[in-house]
Amino acid sequence: MDEKKVMIQIKGLKKEYRLGQIGHGTLQRDLQSWWAKRRNKIDPNSKIGQEDRLQGDILQALNGVDLTVHQGECLGIIGGNGAGKSTLLKLISRVASPTSGTIDLYGRVTSMLEVGTGFHGEMTGRENIYLNGAILGMTKAEINEKLEQIIDFSEVREFIDTPVKRYSSGMYVKLAFAVASHLDSEIVIMDEVLAVGDIAFQKKCIDKMRQAARDESRTVLYVSHNMETVRNLCDRCLVLSEGKIIYDGEVERAISYYTQYLQTAKDESSLLIAKKRRDLTLTGQCKIADLSCDDTVSSGGTLGFRICLQSNRDLSNVSIRLLVCNSIGELVGMTYSDPQNIECGTNWITYAFPTGNLAAGNYVCDIAVIDYSDGYEIKHDFLSKVMSFCISEKAIYFGRPWRVRTWGNVRLDKIETLGIEGMNHEQQ
Amino acid sequence: MSNNNKNYHVHIDGDVNRWSLNIKDVWQYRDLIILFTKRTMTLTYKQTILGPLWLILTPLLTSVVYAAVFQGIAGISTNGVPALLFYLCSHGLWAFYASSLKRNSTTFLSNANIFGKVYFPRLTISFSTMLTALVEFLIEFAMIFILLLYYIARGEAHPDWALFVLLPVVILITGLMGLGLGVLISALTTKYRDLTLLVDFGVSLWMYATPVVYPISQLDPMGWMYRIMLFNPMTAPMELFRKIMLGQGQLELVSVITTLVFAAFALLVGSLIFNRVERTFIDTV
Repeated sequence: MDEKKVMIQIKGLKKEYRLGQIGHGTLQRDLQSWWAKRRNKIDPNSKIGQEDRLQGDILQALNGVDLTVHQGECLGIIGGNGAGKSTLLKLISRVASPTSGTIDLYGRVTSMLEVGTGFHGEMTGRENIYLNGAILGMTKAEINEKLEQIIDFSEVREFIDTPVKRYSSGMYVKLAFAVASHLDSEIVIMDEVLAVGDIAFQKKCIDKMRQAARDESRTVLYVSHNMETVRNLCDRCLVLSEGKIIYDGEVERAISYYTQYLQTAKDESSLLIAKKRRDLTLTGQCKIADLSCDDTVSSGGTLGFRICLQSNRDLSNVSIRLLVCNSIGELVGMTYSDPQNIECGTNWITYAFPTGNLAAGNYVCDIAVIDYSDGYEIKHDFLSKVMSFCISEKAIYFGRPWRVRTWGNVRLDKIETLGIEGMNHEQQ
Repeated sequence: MSNNNKNYHVHIDGDVNRWSLNIKDVWQYRDLIILFTKRTMTLTYKQTILGPLWLILTPLLTSVVYAAVFQGIAGISTNGVPALLFYLCSHGLWAFYASSLKRNSTTFLSNANIFGKVYFPRLTISFSTMLTALVEFLIEFAMIFILLLYYIARGEAHPDWALFVLLPVVILITGLMGLGLGVLISALTTKYRDLTLLVDFGVSLWMYATPVVYPISQLDPMGWMYRIMLFNPMTAPMELFRKIMLGQGQLELVSVITTLVFAAFALLVGSLIFNRVERTFIDTV
């Protein structure tokens, strides 16, 4: 692989927003504050008893982001609301300025932070193509050259001379996307813009962007909450949280990282629920105090993990039950251990879980501590989504790694071919 | 990709104190200026019955009223020039200046939505605003010119044909002055919106401090009012414009210099501040 050209280089990027009102709203008070500051006096407009609060009023929308994007890469950016995704795109597309840090762009940027910016309802589709194209940085000659392609792509040829205020929202999006995707820029930035179009058009757009990245070596930055489109479009993915990049790498792993991150964020509350429930259905005689687990296991291998059980009495017949869920939290299967006798106090138990037919991917487990004797079950403890691991596999199926989305999480045993009986042979 | 983009490089950093004129960027987006102008022109007159005819009707009616009030009632002399023609010329140029200034002064506020979504040099909007005002003025000017020919035929108007070459200069400087001042105000209004209120009111007052509804020759050349008026940057363009069109006007070197200095100052400082605000305004608007 030859060294690919760097298109975007971001170093130590920060963006601060001050919360609440900006300035005092009037010139007079601003001058008062400024004059007070010059004479080293206390600002007469500062809030009483809150001199230091200004510091606390600053929100770090982006808190030190370093990123390098190469030519031809399709970079997905995911993260929760307020993680800083849109802020990052805004800074790259030069709509806002960073507080500190630098961005170096080695190509022209087309940003689609919103669909159809600058579209005007009173103007026809054709007029809007020209205006929108020019806003996005095309010259009139370039637009003339591409006009037919744009109209074809937008699928609204019949309505092209109708004011866009009469368009349906889908048509509007199609036209807007058509313009933006036909620009000659080297870097394309999209923020959740495909959401409005229908599935067929979404697919068409993604194909168009992929093709742009592959054939024309354009660089695509794509923000979305729709993991499916990220999966289809991107070949690298960032996870942002609280203004920082917490994961940067392969798409599938980034998505499961993100979904798991969401789950751990929810964990606090699920533990609370578990606490409440303990009084009703859990005995509380034996609790999981700690656990450790292998990170990665190769397909078919055995996953080792240790659980620390804290018991307030000697117990017999204690076993654990593992509910294995995939990266989006769907239940895949159940397994359990043989019953054990445990002593009062702390017991570290080591387990080996043969992962067998689980396909490559990320998994997270619920663990229940149960006692099954005399024909009924007692639940000592239950923790949801506490243990996660990854199964890796190098094998290739039909030219690609295992496709979790289409084939599921279980790799069933291969079908055996027992024999072939050809009818044609008898006729000869 | 074309080859000339190979070394394309934009550097963005947090330095808000940098000053730049950005003229190169604006030039690259010149098609956008034209398209914005077209958009404004078409949108203003969509779904109106008279359409662009309003561009002729408004100044005509205003001038008739001016003629009735200032000449008919107040008895201000127009130095022998037909009153209607005098007021058409005065009002035409002033309206061009005022609309270039007023509309530019709200650039940031009225385009905040689009500015928040996509980057292009914000000055393109300002130039297009001035261009719109200019096109409207030229339409008006055509009407005035036809009327002028009529009055010439009747022997009542005597334009200074030799000075006609200066006409584009007068118009350009007037427009650019409005642009510069408007741009300056628009940069300041992102934080203090009071200025928008002041502009409307200030411009109408400014008109009376400029020889618009009266020729400067009506003032006593020794009086303080006259001296102050020489330092009004709109005095020279107004007098020169009427000198060209009507053969009546008086120009002093001081006012010409005032105009040139003021225009250059407003344009330069205006676009510098505008470009500086451009980078941060989306967080303050």
